[in-house]
Amino acid sequence: MSKRFLSGNEAFAEGIRLAKPDVISAYPITPQTIVVERLSEMVEDKSLGAEFIHVESEHSALSCAIGASAAGARAFTATSSQGLLYMAECLYYASGGRFPIVMMNADRSTALPWNIYGDQRDSLSQLDSGWIQVYAENAQEALDLALMSYRIAEDSRVSTPVMVNLDGFVLTHTYETVEIPEQAQADRFLPPYETENRIDFDNPKNMAFSAGPDTNYIFKYKAHEGMLAAKQVIAEAESDFAEIFGRSYSGLLERYRTEDADYILVTLGSIAGLCRETADRLRAEGIKAGVVRLRYIRPFPHAEIADALKHAKAFAVLEKDISFGSEGTVFTNVNSALQRAGLSVRGSNYIGGLGGRNISAGDIAQIFRDLQGDPPHVNFIGIGGDGNG
Amino acid sequence: MKPHIRTKTQFDFADIPEATAFEAGYLVSVNSGWRSIRPVIDPARCIGCEQCYLYCPDGVISVQEGKAVIDYDFCKGCGICAKICKAGAIGMEAERK
Amino acid sequence: MANPTAAQISREEFFYGHKACAGCGGSLAVRAALKVLGPQAVSVLPAGCMSAVGFNFPQLCFSNNSIISTFAGTASMLTGVEAGLRAKGYKDFTAVGFAGDGGTADIGIQALSGAIDRNDNIIYICYDNEAYMNTGIQKSGLTPFGARTTTTPAGANIHGNIRPKKNMFEIAAAHDIPYAATASIGYLPDFIRKVEKASQIKGTKYIHVIAPCPTGWGIAPDETVESAKEVVDCGLWYLAEYENGSYTLNRKPKQFTDVAAYLKKQGRFKHLDDADIETIIQSRDKKWQFIEKTFQLP
Repeated sequence: MSKRFLSGNEAFAEGIRLAKPDVISAYPITPQTIVVERLSEMVEDKSLGAEFIHVESEHSALSCAIGASAAGARAFTATSSQGLLYMAECLYYASGGRFPIVMMNADRSTALPWNIYGDQRDSLSQLDSGWIQVYAENAQEALDLALMSYRIAEDSRVSTPVMVNLDGFVLTHTYETVEIPEQAQADRFLPPYETENRIDFDNPKNMAFSAGPDTNYIFKYKAHEGMLAAKQVIAEAESDFAEIFGRSYSGLLERYRTEDADYILVTLGSIAGLCRETADRLRAEGIKAGVVRLRYIRPFPHAEIADALKHAKAFAVLEKDISFGSEGTVFTNVNSALQRAGLSVRGSNYIGGLGGRNISAGDIAQIFRDLQGDPPHVNFIGIGGDGNG
Repeated sequence: MKPHIRTKTQFDFADIPEATAFEAGYLVSVNSGWRSIRPVIDPARCIGCEQCYLYCPDGVISVQEGKAVIDYDFCKGCGICAKICKAGAIGMEAERK
Repeated sequence: MANPTAAQISREEFFYGHKACAGCGGSLAVRAALKVLGPQAVSVLPAGCMSAVGFNFPQLCFSNNSIISTFAGTASMLTGVEAGLRAKGYKDFTAVGFAGDGGTADIGIQALSGAIDRNDNIIYICYDNEAYMNTGIQKSGLTPFGARTTTTPAGANIHGNIRPKKNMFEIAAAHDIPYAATASIGYLPDFIRKVEKASQIKGTKYIHVIAPCPTGWGIAPDETVESAKEVVDCGLWYLAEYENGSYTLNRKPKQFTDVAAYLKKQGRFKHLDDADIETIIQSRDKKWQFIEKTFQLP
């Protein structure tokens, strides 16, 4: 094991190197570029024995990865923002075909107006695309997720692609000290990819076919089941990961001081650290604050989020997303889990960080303070309530 | 082996594969119902030149022992074989329903 | 009586039991090409006619490994399949794509250009039936001048499609591709020879084969092969190859057959007036002047 000072993108590239993909196809887009630049260097210096395909678009990047996966190869791609939207058709194709591709998405604002900075409207718009979605908080977690995501995606109970999301610039371009595991450890953790969902010259296959109304929904149900099975597989993978690498993760979500918290802030991605620090500060002031960081949003941790929020007086969801005319998508998902659990905890939605706008410690503290009163349904940090109830 | 008819034609929940990948060349239905006319070979005229075999879009003609033979399960009755046949060995006849 | 072309290709059928229209030219092109390439061919077909008629679970009509790609993704999926199989240690296989005119010249041209630019070791076959047939005969970039489609209606004001076919053969060649060819299912031995030749060349190969659609062209099912032959004989299509930086014409009709006769047999051209036909003849003659100047002649 070695320690290096790496950005989120670079750490992720190191994780991919350790996962030894057979085929990498990618198209450049800020702020994803560094991860594919590093990977192309690794292919050049032969520290990674992959085919690096210079595709001419994001659509082709994922289409190529699907073809490689159909050949039984381990495939990787990476994108961001408009690129993710451009390849959207292929997202559904990969998940419906049960191709366990791993993709890094550098979370970035979507046009219009144009903006290269981080928010999560790109990936959150694709929650229904059938991909497992996980959000890293720091560079170490990014590296670890690169390895773990292949283990989860390729598990025959799951067979579902994984999108690992890193907040654009805030995480992709920020340097931290990262532990890089040894290849032997990685090999122990991640076995070679074996599947029957592949081109086979001894038993030829027809693949990615049509299915009429009689059977189509069954394929869809099975894909849904595969995604749900990921909950158990994630737990198993994290347990093995802790044993081999000595680092533990907390499953679908991470709770911080929620056990006795009156007010809980639910969020995802790199802002969680500042939320935890703010919770500590408010506790010193006598406000019992807690934080839930959603790590996985597909599969969604219904029971886990309900359990974390069940004793709270109020909660807020802070997210870098808005579904125009409604609310943030994460808030919708959290509310659905509470409703299903029969909990009526008062909740409000805070929209922040759009187009990379800074969310300050003061903004976060204000959310906790608001929760002591009765804040509006949807609040834009820096603007206020949207006036819609 | 060429795609051929299988006995199992109904697929229930448990039989449906997890992924969209299945045995190549798995057929569950024939195309004979499409025809209103059918090609009929006159073995006396057939010279076994294989032009009909070559140009059949459905690949349903083979030449066996020097004479063209048609797989009527999959022939759609397009008539290309009759047109291409220089020996005049293929006639198109109305399908009796 | 031996048929030299039949003797040269596999006796097996790899595309069988499909639900293409009777007399479908596209299905003949796919069938013939797979009989050249054999069981080690891995076919990639985008959403379109041949995938719609060939892959309806559980009716799966390819006996070789075959996969449907996204509409725009024939070439990019071919790239992935080829790279993936190579990475897994396979050597004896051919990655071959079969895309229609819309899948090639319109929505798929970017991915095709990318694959040729990378010189990926694939064969890309465009079966050109000159419109979006699977969706109900809409105009594509390869619909010829004057053709009536459901989106280029023929009326008093506009006589069908107002633009000529995009020149995909020369577009492919302009990438300095190792091998490109035009073909027609009306001249099947020529097409088969070209597929065979492509299979022996490393890098990207592009073959553009005219494959009439009885439904979309408004011809009888038994006329597709004949029409595909006539379009070459009357000079509106030509059989050629591009290799080592130069063009070769494979067949030079001594005298063109009647263009009007070719057009008037087809429902899609029935409305053309004499001036339209004159325009078509002039554009043909201009093309042949170029061919005779630029191509090596047989």
